[in-house]
Amino acid sequence: MTGHVFHPGHQELHGVTVVLDTTGGLTHVGRFHEQNDRGVLLHDVGSHDPSTAGTSREEFLRRTLKFGIRVDHRHLVVPGDEVAGITPLGGMTL
Amino acid sequence: MPYDPRLVQPMREEMVRMGARELTTVAEVDSALGDPKGTTLVFVNSVCGCAAGNARPALAHALKQVAKPDQVVTVFAGQDIEATARARQFFADYQPSSPSMALFKDGEVVHFVHRHQIEGRAPQAVAADLVAAFERHCAKTQAA
Repeated sequence: MTGHVFHPGHQELHGVTVVLDTTGGLTHVGRFHEQNDRGVLLHDVGSHDPSTAGTSREEFLRRTLKFGIRVDHRHLVVPGDEVAGITPLGGMTL
Repeated sequence: MPYDPRLVQPMREEMVRMGARELTTVAEVDSALGDPKGTTLVFVNSVCGCAAGNARPALAHALKQVAKPDQVVTVFAGQDIEATARARQFFADYQPSSPSMALFKDGEVVHFVHRHQIEGRAPQAVAADLVAAFERHCAKTQAA
């Protein structure tokens, strides 16, 4: 990747919009900042809880891919032991 | 807090060199986007090297092709805050991100490029998508 003008020395996913799935079934979409001892820090995060959303994870992601992230949290830390998977949003096809 | 203007000046100049018109005030945005005729590309510029560092060269490449928008304008997120907020009102169905690009045809958004569609991709790949969008939506305007 080119152009890390303002982000020298950061982790590979720094600045990349990712889909983070949790072991509890939540899905968060946001800009990856870093992973440290506290967990994964995301910025400008949209979240999906299947128990309250009324839509499926796939529909949530489909809408996010088309219209962008509807931000629920400016910053969010997901504890490391709750992270089930992290995938760049841009690489997703639904 | 905006970055030092001296730091972002080269990013502004990169846009101007490719033919984009900077919109730094609400009045300039309204003037540029208020007339719905023809095709207009709005580039939301950003200091982020991860994405904007690829998006600007991608657009520059796409604008060298035959089919291209009637006008290309740019606002700078985090710098020209009021102008950016006003521009985003014209494509309010799309959540804010930067960099991003909105292609208008006769006042309607016909193509949108989010930040996540730029991140991690080579400028040539982003440019190819833009060229396809320009050929689809702007070619007739060019031929007229």
